[in-house]
Amino acid sequence: MTVRGRHPVREGSRRSLSAPTTLLLLTLVAFPRVAVGQADTTMAQDGLYDRPFIGSLSSTSIGGYVEGNTNYFVEDGVSDGFSMELRRFNIFLFSQVSQRVRFLSELEFEHGTEEIALETALIDFQIRPSLVLRGGIVLPPIGYLNQNHDSPQWDFVDRPLVTTDIIPSTLSEVGFGAYGKFALNDLVLSYDAYLTNGLGDGVVGNEVGRTNIPSGKGEELFGEDNNGSPAVSGRVGLRRPGTGEVGLSYYGGYYNSFRLEGEDVDERRWLGITAVDVGVSIGRADLRAELAYATIDVPAGLRELFGQEQWGGYLDVLLPVWRPRFLGYADAVVTAGLRLERVDYNMGAFTSTDGSIGDDVTAVVPGVSFRPTPGTVFRANYRYHWMTDLQGNDPARLAGFQLGFATYF
Amino acid sequence: MRVVLALPALLLLVVAAGCDILTPDAPLESTVLDGTIEGMTASQVRQHFAGDEEFGRVFSVAEGLGPIFIAASCEQCHAGDGKGHPVFNLQRFGRLLPSTGFDPMVEFGGPQLQHRAIPGYPPEAIPAGATGLASLTPPAVTGLGFLDAVEDQTLIDMADPCDLDDDRISGRLQLLDPTPVIDEAIALERLGSPNPLARGTLVDGRYIGRFGKKGLTVNLLHQTVGAYHQDMGITSDLIAEDLFNPAAGSRAADDVADPEVTSAAVANVVFYLKTLRVPPRRNGDDPLVQEGEIIFRQTGCASCHVPTLVTGASEIEVLDRKEFHPYTDLLLHDMGPELDDGYTEGAVAETSEWRTAPLWGLGLAADFQGGEMFLLHDGRARSIEEAVEYHGGEASGSRGAFLALTPNQRAAIMAFLESL
Repeated sequence: MTVRGRHPVREGSRRSLSAPTTLLLLTLVAFPRVAVGQADTTMAQDGLYDRPFIGSLSSTSIGGYVEGNTNYFVEDGVSDGFSMELRRFNIFLFSQVSQRVRFLSELEFEHGTEEIALETALIDFQIRPSLVLRGGIVLPPIGYLNQNHDSPQWDFVDRPLVTTDIIPSTLSEVGFGAYGKFALNDLVLSYDAYLTNGLGDGVVGNEVGRTNIPSGKGEELFGEDNNGSPAVSGRVGLRRPGTGEVGLSYYGGYYNSFRLEGEDVDERRWLGITAVDVGVSIGRADLRAELAYATIDVPAGLRELFGQEQWGGYLDVLLPVWRPRFLGYADAVVTAGLRLERVDYNMGAFTSTDGSIGDDVTAVVPGVSFRPTPGTVFRANYRYHWMTDLQGNDPARLAGFQLGFATYF
Repeated sequence: MRVVLALPALLLLVVAAGCDILTPDAPLESTVLDGTIEGMTASQVRQHFAGDEEFGRVFSVAEGLGPIFIAASCEQCHAGDGKGHPVFNLQRFGRLLPSTGFDPMVEFGGPQLQHRAIPGYPPEAIPAGATGLASLTPPAVTGLGFLDAVEDQTLIDMADPCDLDDDRISGRLQLLDPTPVIDEAIALERLGSPNPLARGTLVDGRYIGRFGKKGLTVNLLHQTVGAYHQDMGITSDLIAEDLFNPAAGSRAADDVADPEVTSAAVANVVFYLKTLRVPPRRNGDDPLVQEGEIIFRQTGCASCHVPTLVTGASEIEVLDRKEFHPYTDLLLHDMGPELDDGYTEGAVAETSEWRTAPLWGLGLAADFQGGEMFLLHDGRARSIEEAVEYHGGEASGSRGAFLALTPNQRAAIMAFLESL
């Protein structure tokens, strides 16, 4: 006999069944869907292909996007010339596992194979649209870009600094939570709320020499929290279809390894990021802005060099200026854009002199993009930014040109 | 619409042409301190920039920073190679014992305070009982190769400890007792030198110190490994043990294998420091500046701030027997009670004695200190005039002469000092 009717038992192994085994078999017959997952007797070497998605390709999709750029920058008259990069090659895998369960993953290759990261691997279990449970490697809902970071969505080559340096996008962490949306007259109210492993000691223990929230990310945190205290994150968004959306979000958690073998070995140091994001259409123009403010409990021995408060923000203004009809493209559009952004990595003043602490960047980025289709963008940017060092000396000036492309596939 | 079409094409053209119109120009050479000495070979330039990169390297915890430290990179203290900001001041302490003299309190973590620490480690604190505390502002590092290449005999000849010329200026050599680190630093620097015995001269069985506010180090290699160790907590071949921190006890060391910086990296940084050009002069042809230099000499300032020195034989051609103008004699001088912090170091310096600070680069100091001046050894003087007014001791006569200058003379000498 066979358990699932696929693997005949050889004649020589036929023998009478004990009572418990008989009971088990009866159970399997009565609850066959349980048996598939719990008591599969597939031979070990067949396991690779004994997966539900094989033979049912209609429920699984593969996709991704690719982004490449050419950069030419000059800093205070000094340039290393042109440089080209394949910045990202990301592969998506999606599966509608069942009517209420779906799976999504994103595997990112940065600069070829220089950095490979599993950015997303999550399952959603939808109870109703207003309540969807999510777990896995998720994207904490802080700001707008972190959950909408795909390069082809953006009309500028670089991500805004606040979304990489204050909100450390792409921030992906292991955890679980829920999200959903409600209709309120002509508005849509959305919420996201998660518990995740959070950031690690690299926030201050890094090679940047300043408080650097992105350095708190770590692959090891996908396997185990560094302090046993999860981070919380949440976002509330209000959207009026045809007008835009405003969101308020928060991410916070203890980032340091304050506990070893059950004993506290350091103070618990909290990191909190509060963000506001706005995306609106005004006439033909699209405006998007994010503002984030971070507070970091820095060890006393590092203060002043390492900022306890940081903030950053950007404003993107995009104006479609031409919709050419050529080469068979019906939806092609040329868009002019302007980005203004600023990040302050160390707010406050020196105790020794009362002088303001520097360590900030301000940038202006005009640009043009061309989209033959919504999922493909060619971009040209001119970037000029001013970088002030910790002491607040006259800023170093960096400017240059960027040409790039990004497309979904 | 044609304009819109033309815009991307124009951008492409601009990029293709390597356009300089929309990119920032280099700052005027007369306004910056970094840069190589003119005439270096291609391989020397390559090594200079290798050292430049190491100079800017920010050490992480994983690379050995600390556990206790003051800055995470050389460049943090010496931004733009210029004078540093008080946030990176070094604090050194000790106590005066009636029986044995000045005690640097090594068993209490002295003489230098490392008030910053990597996460999880306690920083140091000034111990009870310290009677002397000096705060030391990071100096500019340009032109150091020229100072390093001056032969010991030049310093010996300038020294006048008994004021035999009766000018009330008695420059003294700082002397340092031999240690394995100093011996090694001198031996390594002698390798390849065309005149190895011109450096590392023993005077009364001690070496001559020339770098540091009180001349605590003998050459740039000694200075560099000392700064790696004392300022960043980075061990090297010459100093291979982490700093002692009494607050941490036996946990004073970090988890990173020693040495934490390679000998090649140290050598490149030393070469970088040796081959940084001298600070640029500005307005040297201005008659007011020239008049100011004459007044500078007449007031006696040039007795300590010696305008011209000459290097000895050097294996680096651009440093070989060159005349240069640092406005220092590299000797110790009594600066009076107002600048006496009750702290000293080395074998001979009194607590009121300081090595003459080079004045080159003085006019650019504020540009690297956050737009404000922080002068003298601890940054207490917020202007050149205030710095002069703090001069006492051997410099009392010059200070009096400075204060007696007419407004026009004062303007001239200020124009000169700001041109340095």
